[in-house]
Amino acid sequence: MKSGDQSALAELYDRYSSVVYAVALRVLGDTMAAEDVLQEVFLQLWRNPAGFDASRGSLGAWLAVITRNRAIDALRKRKPETDIEDVVVSVVPDLAGDADRSRAATKVRGVLGAMPSAQRNALEMAYFQGLTHSEIASQTGEPLGTIKTRIRAGLTALRKAFQT
Amino acid sequence: MLNFEMSEHEQFGEDLALYALNALDGEDRAKLERHLASCADCRGELEALRGDGALLALSTMGPKPPARSRQRLLNAVAAEANVIPASRMRQSQEIGGPVRSWWGWGGWAAAAAAIVLAVLFWQENTALKQSLTAMSDRSSQTARELDDLRRMAAPILSPEAQRITVVAVKTPPQPQGKAFYLRNRSSLVFVANNMPALPPHKAYELWLVPAAGAPIAAGVFKPDAHGSGTIVNPPLPPGVEAKAFAITVEDEAGVPHATSPIIMMGAGE
Repeated sequence: MKSGDQSALAELYDRYSSVVYAVALRVLGDTMAAEDVLQEVFLQLWRNPAGFDASRGSLGAWLAVITRNRAIDALRKRKPETDIEDVVVSVVPDLAGDADRSRAATKVRGVLGAMPSAQRNALEMAYFQGLTHSEIASQTGEPLGTIKTRIRAGLTALRKAFQT
Repeated sequence: MLNFEMSEHEQFGEDLALYALNALDGEDRAKLERHLASCADCRGELEALRGDGALLALSTMGPKPPARSRQRLLNAVAAEANVIPASRMRQSQEIGGPVRSWWGWGGWAAAAAAIVLAVLFWQENTALKQSLTAMSDRSSQTARELDDLRRMAAPILSPEAQRITVVAVKTPPQPQGKAFYLRNRSSLVFVANNMPALPPHKAYELWLVPAAGAPIAAGVFKPDAHGSGTIVNPPLPPGVEAKAFAITVEDEAGVPHATSPIIMMGAGE
């Protein structure tokens, strides 16, 4: 969307709004709040498309990460931590199409299902609730080191599943 | 990709995973950030981990957003593109950060570009119309002030004025400029928005490109902090037909003949 054309933004919205909304809703659990994050993310993209460097990754992945971060900030009522330009996501399969996303969602659910439940919980608490490792440790009663290991292992499992 | 597990950065491996999810805090976070500042391998791994996390996000399924959201967004965007009161422009620039640093002023192609009028200009237009009306109603208004206003407003308000629209097709916020030119009165008003800041001692120079002959200097301006600038009634030879208007970057006092490539240009509508 280097031209800033409004119709280009509309096209990007049509392509990626369901991802953005789904992530926001998953984190916030509230449709109004999720809609606000959806607006905010696309307005930010409109105002500063130079923040996304197409050579560094897929726009869908970048939007998903930005959305998740913004939604967590809203959830935890913090000021946005991450500058929109700072997030660089390595090449990840572009999962914009509904069919691709559906396949990926199934795969990820498979990976999560195969994980030990403690590992899955730690990952979800960190990712969708925005808890820090110390908060997860205190909530679960597990040592800090254990939480760190679980989260690392969880992400590794996801990576391996998509490397094949 | 580097085999991260075998590298000396293994000690940071777990912290990187947490950091990628914004789940690392305290002294561990501070320590990792210090390390990241000087370690490209770890920064690369961090990106990869963020990508892994993104898989969690990307695979989130849920209901589609409400239909009204799309129009809400487009309305908001249209409002920003057309009407940017100074306070909101500041706000959007704060959010977006320094947006003009990417636009190296030396690297322009001299291709003709179409330019759009900034609605800020239309606001000024409306305000001018209103003040003209108000002033003619006020009996205390002096004839001279009215006359000055009319002279300034003429190219904007007159149906005979030639209106030239120009758009630069680059990453927004787009530089924009509009020239209103009344040939028979040699009256010209030019308004620009989103112009990148210039090096010291440089200014944008406007050129009237006639149907025949060399471009004629039509005033200089330096953009203010918001990238806006105006030129009002520069001295111009009478009755010159304008085929187009163009902008170059010149020394701040202006030059009689352009010395640098055209960076923006627009022909009459």
